Amino acid sequence: MNEMQKIILDYVIAEYIDDDTEVTVDTPLISGGIVDSFSMVSLKRFLENKYKISIPDDKATPEAFDSVNKICILVNEFTKK
Amino acid sequence: MSNHKYNIGSYEKRLQNFDWSISKQELSYKDGDNINIAWYCTDRICNMGKAKKTALIWEGLTGEEKRYTYNDIRLASNTIGTFLKGLNIKPEDRVCLFMDKIPELYLGFLGILKIGAIAQPLFSAFGDESLLIRLENAGTKAIITQKKHVSKVRKIIDRLPALKHIIIVDYDGKKPLQEREVSFSLETSTPVDKFDTYPTKAESPSVIHYTSGTTGQPKGVKHVHYSLISQYLTAKWTLDLQDDDIYWCTADPGWVTGTSYGIIAPWSLGVTQCVMDVGFSAEKWYEFIQKHRITKWYSAPTAIRSLMKAGDELVKKYDLSSLVHLTSVGEPLNSEAVIWSERVFGKPFYDTFWQTETGSIMIANYPGMKVKPGSMGKAFPGITATVVDPETFEPYKEPGKIGLIAFKPGWPSMMRTYWNNEETYKNKFKNGWYLSGDRSSIDNEGYFWFVGRDDDVINTAGHLVSPFEVESALLEHPAVAESAVVSKPDEVNMEVVKAFITLKPGYKPSADLELDIMNFIRKKLSPLAMPQAVEYVDSLPKTRSGKIMRRVLHAKEWGQDIGDISTLEND
Repeated sequence: MNEMQKIILDYVIAEYIDDDTEVTVDTPLISGGIVDSFSMVSLKRFLENKYKISIPDDKATPEAFDSVNKICILVNEFTKK
Repeated sequence: MSNHKYNIGSYEKRLQNFDWSISKQELSYKDGDNINIAWYCTDRICNMGKAKKTALIWEGLTGEEKRYTYNDIRLASNTIGTFLKGLNIKPEDRVCLFMDKIPELYLGFLGILKIGAIAQPLFSAFGDESLLIRLENAGTKAIITQKKHVSKVRKIIDRLPALKHIIIVDYDGKKPLQEREVSFSLETSTPVDKFDTYPTKAESPSVIHYTSGTTGQPKGVKHVHYSLISQYLTAKWTLDLQDDDIYWCTADPGWVTGTSYGIIAPWSLGVTQCVMDVGFSAEKWYEFIQKHRITKWYSAPTAIRSLMKAGDELVKKYDLSSLVHLTSVGEPLNSEAVIWSERVFGKPFYDTFWQTETGSIMIANYPGMKVKPGSMGKAFPGITATVVDPETFEPYKEPGKIGLIAFKPGWPSMMRTYWNNEETYKNKFKNGWYLSGDRSSIDNEGYFWFVGRDDDVINTAGHLVSPFEVESALLEHPAVAESAVVSKPDEVNMEVVKAFITLKPGYKPSADLELDIMNFIRKKLSPLAMPQAVEYVDSLPKTRSGKIMRRVLHAKEWGQDIGDISTLEND
């Protein structure tokens, strides 16, 4: 697990998990009901603050946020610009 | 051209000599008889020879599927009812359902009603503060939940002396149960075949749903078993539920649509319904319709707009030809969504309008009726609906005038009171009309056209959020000195929550603080109540008497005229 994966995974577990549900970098977050569409806004804001990026709304889709790994791909797309 | 024969036949003909006795006759109910919603949804359907018919097809996150026949749901509700009785739950005790959309939520609802207790469904994404307020108000005796949500209950249990039992339906034995907790497994319990359903009467309480107002705490809307009379017939005529249908109501039973039309109506009609306990994804929704050959679909504008955003091309990948009739509820359905659905599904979404307080559909576009995209439709037969002057509460006679949507009281599913709040309940009635709190006009053909709320309540994705509740919670954040909460326009959710905040000395505005405030509200109240934008201000607009003028901020967000600000303190 790289540093970005770890940071995002730790954040998801700390903010969105109330019990001992196991979450990995591949766990479905949106379709899995862990992060709903409203909470996705706060997750997006975390990524933007943390990585000093701006993710356009049309890129912040439920599919792009559906796992830590998918989120890392999205973040990398913007941090490399 | 479809040759489908709709239940309602001609709307105009149904208006003539309408009487709710149509519903009573079909349900074989006579005034004065016992009437228990859960019995009508299970035992009666089995007695009609449909015991082996599928009642529920449930699909979970990983694609796992569970199927229940009408006999299965009869046995399951008997079993849950027996378990609750064993815990000394008595008729009219409040039992909260605090679960995701798992089968136990649906079956637990019926089990509670079968023993004459009152079901109190609450949205499982509620935070501990939202949960506390609602359990405290209802004096809830037991809560049925999952282990993933039990930590929220544990946080507040010390402040809930009336709460005697926390029932966990998926306890795995890994960690010890705590104070007042008890495990219940439907799968390992012995099914109870013989069960005496509690003989509830028409006015016996059945469900309490909580809804938000502008001021004060959430209100517990009390419904009674007689609501079935409305829910049965409105579903039959408006949603067009027929015997061979495969029905999908996408609403969560934490809200009224999910119980009235996600449990009571389809099962009292003996229809097969599908439930998907998966977060939103356009692909998954289309897959679900295709896989189960859904025929009747009741959804919400936010979901429809999210599907629109996913694009037309995606729709073409799926065979959605099973769809026969589509309906929508929650917020006004914009005309673009109606036109889009007609283009991609070959059928328009038919908008319906009703509220937690009304218990059933009041105004709708009916199958076979001309749909005017963007209109709410016309009053359901038997419902007297109008638009009244907000000052005199007299109905407007001229078409096109904007006023308050009002209904003549007396339909079967009308709320009976707000729990522990009779005064607020009485204030909902003026000049012989029930005031909905929504504004609209009526055109010269009798179609209603939604304009907006008559108060500050925020309708986000079809759910009402009280600005007062969010403002109160914001004040508990260590950085917040004052706050004002208003709605902000949103392309998908219609409205979202926005907070204007002044900070306490020592705190500086920052993006991280904004996120911290957002998460604070999300966890304390719910994701719906979480401000999606926080604006730091030096001061809030107030009247000379110190009252925050939300409407000034609201007007600014919506690009509207601020109106009279003569009472504004200073600026």
